[in-house]
Amino acid sequence: MIPASFDYFRPSTIEEAVDVLAGAGEEAKVLAGGHSLLPLLRLRLAYPTALIDVGRVAGLRGVSDRGDHVHIGATTTHDEVVRSPIVREHCPLVALATATVADPAVRHRGTFGGSLAHADPAGDLPAVALALDMVLEVRSSAGERTIPAAGFFLDYLESALAPGEILTGVRVPKLGPGWGFHYEKFHRTAQAWATVGVAAAVRQTNGTVEEVRVGLTNMGPTPVRAAAVEEAARGVEAGQNGALRRAAEQAAEGTDPPADLHAQPDYRMHLARVLTHRALVSASAHRSPLT
Amino acid sequence: MARISVKVDGIAYEDDVEPRLLLVHYLRDRLGKTGTPIGCDTTNCGACTVLLDGRSVKSCSVLAVQADGCDVTTIEGVSSNGEWHPVQKAFHEEHALQCGYCTPGMILASIDLLKDDPDPSEDAVRQGLEGNLCRCTGYCNIVRAVRRAAQEMRVTTP
Repeated sequence: MIPASFDYFRPSTIEEAVDVLAGAGEEAKVLAGGHSLLPLLRLRLAYPTALIDVGRVAGLRGVSDRGDHVHIGATTTHDEVVRSPIVREHCPLVALATATVADPAVRHRGTFGGSLAHADPAGDLPAVALALDMVLEVRSSAGERTIPAAGFFLDYLESALAPGEILTGVRVPKLGPGWGFHYEKFHRTAQAWATVGVAAAVRQTNGTVEEVRVGLTNMGPTPVRAAAVEEAARGVEAGQNGALRRAAEQAAEGTDPPADLHAQPDYRMHLARVLTHRALVSASAHRSPLT
Repeated sequence: MARISVKVDGIAYEDDVEPRLLLVHYLRDRLGKTGTPIGCDTTNCGACTVLLDGRSVKSCSVLAVQADGCDVTTIEGVSSNGEWHPVQKAFHEEHALQCGYCTPGMILASIDLLKDDPDPSEDAVRQGLEGNLCRCTGYCNIVRAVRRAAQEMRVTTP
């Protein structure tokens, strides 16, 4: 279908972008790659009066190493994230999860910041943002502020971005040595949304699990951390038969998964336990080849 | 209305377009490039795949205004001097189609895939074409064609 009419603005600087957004009214939307927004417009599920296209705003695109963290510009495409040597070296979980987003053509256009700002709990990157404690940088005509990932995802498709704010970049903390990572995703077809996804990071010393982080995709109206698993896995011997499985049994605790055509909540809870086990095993074995 | 300049299959165009006009509609309805079909209209099937500045994109999910200043290649622009592209030839020779509706998108996605990986395994071809759906063939001949084209291209451009 053809989207409803809207006004279109293409600012070239971030200052111009926030000014245009501030003046464009409450029904304006920010457009980057458009791979979350345009499908909504085409299905006429959204009727913005204006689109502010930040796709060519200077300085919003690219990956840089900033010492204790990696900085990913909001309009960096998924394809650029996956190919980035900095991302692959310092935050492989981001590369692993991003490589599973949709398909190559979508990854050429869809952006890292767009996926987070869209705040879809079925998207792969919000759970990774939570698991890695990313920090989101936002800007409005009033100035800049940062929002920790833990406070960013408020509800289904609802983020902490205030009207007039644009996500400009994301800080991904470097976790240092000893960590292994994995993103385990279950979906019906190659490019479908995750029925359930699990982002796992495991730090070990001599086979003992010291620290675990688990983010769950599509297990509620927002991405969630599997805190009970993180607690239960601490101190276990990763190689001991059944140890990680017992920790993963806690994966559905406190979750509120949706029911849809493809899965009921109890089935998603089952998947969360099974996939979390797989993710923990792979992450603790450092079996996360970046192909 | 917004003014755009795009180069499509080697020819430069300047046009006034409504901001809501999708690239695929611009190509088909304004330029008459009906070689690019519309399949699902939901970013799933990949039938409308074109190359935008050399990378595969689904033209139903790009606004024409977003393509301003870009270089677009459709299936109508991949042959040169009356010679089919090696991927087109291989699709013909391996009979990598039945109804043919997905073929333009398959061929453009394959050209993009071969740029990254000149010798893809069967698995790499299936992964690389995961955004393109064929409802007739079961994909076997498509995978064979892409690997055959890869071989041809390695021989002709060492």
